[in-house]
Amino acid sequence: MVFKDAALTPEELPKTTPVPNPHGRMPTGVTWEPLEGPAGATAAFGPRPMHVERHLVDDESLQTDPLAEHLMVINIGPSHPAMHGTFRLKCWLDGETIVKAIPEIGYLHRCFEKMSELHPWQEVIPYTDRLNYMSPFLNNVGYAMAVEKLLGIEIPKRAQRIRVILGELSRIMDHFVCVGTNLVDLGALTNFWYMFRGREEIYSLLEHVSGARMMVSYGRIGGLMRDVHAGFEDEVRALLTSLPKYIDDVDKLITNNRIFIDRARGVHAISAADAIDWGWTGPCLRAAGVPYDVRKAHPYYDYDQFDWQIPVGTTGDVYDRYLVRMEEMRQSLSIVEQAIDDLPDGPVNVDDWTISPPPKDRVYNTIEGMVAHFKLTFEGVQVPAGEVYSYTEGGNGELGFYLVSEGGGQPYRIHCRAPCFAIYQNIGPSLEGCMLSDIVAIVGSLNVIAGELDR
Amino acid sequence: MAEFVAENLRRSFGDALERVSDEHGDLTVWVDRARVHDLLEHCKRDPELDFSFCMDVTAVDYLSLGGRPRFAVVYHLYSLTTGKRVRVKTGVPEDDPVVATAVDVWKSTDWFEREVYDMFGIRFEGHPNMKRILCHRDFQGHALRKDYPADLRWKLLRPDDLLDEISSDEMQRIRARVSHPLSE
Amino acid sequence: MKAGLPPERAAADSGAPPPEGVFTTTLDKMVRWARAGSLWPLPFGTACCAIEFMSVVSSHYDLARFGAEVVRFSPRQSDMMIVAGTVVDKQAPILKLIYEQMCAPKWVISMGVCASSGGFYRAYHVMQGIDEVVPVDVYVPGCPPTPEGLIYAIMKLQEKIESGQPSHWQVEAERRAASDRAPQPVGA
Repeated sequence: MVFKDAALTPEELPKTTPVPNPHGRMPTGVTWEPLEGPAGATAAFGPRPMHVERHLVDDESLQTDPLAEHLMVINIGPSHPAMHGTFRLKCWLDGETIVKAIPEIGYLHRCFEKMSELHPWQEVIPYTDRLNYMSPFLNNVGYAMAVEKLLGIEIPKRAQRIRVILGELSRIMDHFVCVGTNLVDLGALTNFWYMFRGREEIYSLLEHVSGARMMVSYGRIGGLMRDVHAGFEDEVRALLTSLPKYIDDVDKLITNNRIFIDRARGVHAISAADAIDWGWTGPCLRAAGVPYDVRKAHPYYDYDQFDWQIPVGTTGDVYDRYLVRMEEMRQSLSIVEQAIDDLPDGPVNVDDWTISPPPKDRVYNTIEGMVAHFKLTFEGVQVPAGEVYSYTEGGNGELGFYLVSEGGGQPYRIHCRAPCFAIYQNIGPSLEGCMLSDIVAIVGSLNVIAGELDR
Repeated sequence: MAEFVAENLRRSFGDALERVSDEHGDLTVWVDRARVHDLLEHCKRDPELDFSFCMDVTAVDYLSLGGRPRFAVVYHLYSLTTGKRVRVKTGVPEDDPVVATAVDVWKSTDWFEREVYDMFGIRFEGHPNMKRILCHRDFQGHALRKDYPADLRWKLLRPDDLLDEISSDEMQRIRARVSHPLSE
Repeated sequence: MKAGLPPERAAADSGAPPPEGVFTTTLDKMVRWARAGSLWPLPFGTACCAIEFMSVVSSHYDLARFGAEVVRFSPRQSDMMIVAGTVVDKQAPILKLIYEQMCAPKWVISMGVCASSGGFYRAYHVMQGIDEVVPVDVYVPGCPPTPEGLIYAIMKLQEKIESGQPSHWQVEAERRAASDRAPQPVGA
C-alpha cells in the first residue's frame, strides 16, 4: 500500500515475495531485497524507527549499537498483564519473530530461605503457603512431609487422607487459574470467569475447614491444624458434582476451538529428552511424553492405592499442556471421590506433644500440657540434626524441600526446589524463532508462579 | 537406599569420595571439589546409574557449625529409569569459592548455579552467564551467608538493561540471521 | 416550584416533595462524583493478593458494580493503581515509573500487608511498604485481604474522593503550580 504523498510510486517499490515461515506456520510477511545505492527503499523512508525505551534507562549502548538499527527491541514486563506479575523478557524482534530473548526474574524474591532460618520449624508454614500461592496447601504438605521425614514420624491415616483430599482440590485450583489466565491472555475471557467460579467454591470449602480462603496454613508438622468440620464430607461431595461442570464448560468452548488450536498447536513444542535435561517436571514434562509423576513413581499417602491415571501428551506444545491439565483436573476429582468414600476416623495429629501441641483443655488443666505448649511455642519442634530432601507432586511438578537441621527448634537451612525454576530457565533459548504473540501463550501455559520461582 | 549406586561410585571414584552415608534414606556422597565435575558426568553417562535429572543445585553455609570447609555445594540427582536418587556434596572453602560448572552435563543446572552464586558467592567456572539472578544488580553481598544480616537492604535506582547477557559474538550471529539487512 | 434552587430549599418553600430530574450543585461535586464512580483500576499485581484481586473482579464479587469495570493494564488509561502483592527492591523503580506514567487524577490502593508495610517479610530484598516510593491513599491490611476487604477499600477511596479531601496528586499539582508562579532566582 502506498500513501499518496509517498516518495515512491507503486512501480518503483521493490519486488516483494512472501516466503513461508521456516517454522511451518503462516508466512511472516514479505522480505525485502536489499537495494543497492542510496536510492533504496530505506533511503526513501528514512532509517527504521528505533524503539528504544528511552524513559527507562540511558541505553547509550543501544543507540550506538548497529544491531539496534535492524531489530526492534521490546521490553515485556515486569508489569504486564500476560507476564503474570513479575517476569521480564527483553526481546529483539525481527518483524514479529523473536531473534533473541533474555528473561529476568527475581521480581518477587521474598527471601523465603533466609526468613525460614529465623523462625521455629512450625512458623515456616505460613511462608510456605506463599510459595506456590495458587495451591498453598500443597506447599504446606510438602514442607510438613519433609520435617516429618527428618523427625522419622508417620502421621495418622485420617490426616493423610485429608491431606490427599485438600491437596487434590488445591491442585484443581492451581490448574483452574493456569488454564483460565492462559486463555484470558489469548483473548478467551469467558473461561476465566467460569474457572474462577469453580475456584470460589473450593475457597468456600477451605474457608470452612481452615478459616482462610487462600493462605490456609492448614498443614502442620505431625498432621493438621485441626480436624475438619462436621459438614466436610457433604461439602466435598457437593464440589464433586459442581466442579466437573466448569471443566466441561471450558472443554466444550476451547478444546476443539479453531482459534485456540491455531494459537496453541505446534507452539513451543519440546522433546522429552530436552525437557528432562532442562529439569522439567509436572504437567509440562508430562505433555512432552514423559509419564513421571511423583505420586505414581514414589507414592506417598496411599496414592498407589487409588485408581487413577497420569495424562501424558505427545509433543509438549501449548495445546498438549492444556489437555494434560484439563485431564489432570478430572483425575484429581476421581482421587478426591475415592478418598472421601474411605475417610477413616481417628486423630489428625501424632500423639506426641513435643511435635503436635496438646489439646487446649489439657493445656489449661494439666502441668504437662502447659509445659509442652510452652516449649513448643518458645523453642519450636526439636528436630534432630541431619539433612533430608523430600519431594511431593506440587501443582507444577516436583516440589522439593531440602532441610538441614542442626538439632534445634529452628531450621539451619531450608531450600525449596521450585518446579517453575527449572521450567522457566529455558524460556530464553526456546523463544528464538517464535512470534511475539506466542510469548503470551507460552508463558501462560508453563504456569510459572513467581512466588515459587523467586521464593 | 541405592546400594548399587554407592558401589558404582566407590568403584569409579574411590579415592575422591570423602564420605558415603545414608541420611534418612537418602544416599549422600561427599566428593572432592576437583573431581566433582567428573563424578557428575559419570552419574549421567554411566548406563547403570543414568541420572538423567539434575533436580536441584544448592549450597549450605556451615559457618555457624564450624569445623569443615565453610560451604558445601549440594547436587540432587534423580534417575528416571532406576528411580534412584543421590545427593552429591562437595566442600568449598571460603577463600577460594570456585567449583567447576555442570552446565555441560545437564542444562538444568544453569539457573540453579546462578542462584548459588547470588546467594552464597560461589562462582561456577565455565558458566556462560555467571550473574545474579534473584537479587537486583546493585545488591552487594551474598544474602544466604550466615554472616549476612537478614534485613540489610540495598537500593536499586534503575532496572538492569540486560545487555551484558549478550556477547558480541552472539550479536554477530543475530545480525547474520536478520531477514532484511540494511546495505552496509 | 422554583427552578434553580437546591432541592431542599425548594421543598421547604412549597411543602411539596423535591422536584426530580433537576438539581444544582457545584461543578466540583459533580466532578468528584464522576471520578469516584468510575475508577478504572490498574492492577499492579505481583503476588498472592493479585489472585484475590482476580477474585474480586470475577463474577462472584464483581467489582464492576463499583464502577471499576474497566481493568486497564496501561497506566495511561487508568486512574486507580491497586498494588496487590509484595513489592521487592528490584520492582521498586518499575513501580515508581508506572505511577509516574499515570495521568492525574490518580490514586493508589496498597492491597495487603506486604504492599502496606512489607508484611511478614522483614528481609533483605523486600520493600517495607510501597509508600517508600509512591504515595498511597488507602491501605488494606490482610494477607491476603478478603474480597470484601478490597471492596471496602474502594468504597473508602470513593468516600475520600467525594469528600473533597485532596489526594497526593492534587497536592503535588498545587506545589508545582505554586513553584511555577514563584519568581525564579536570576542566574540560577
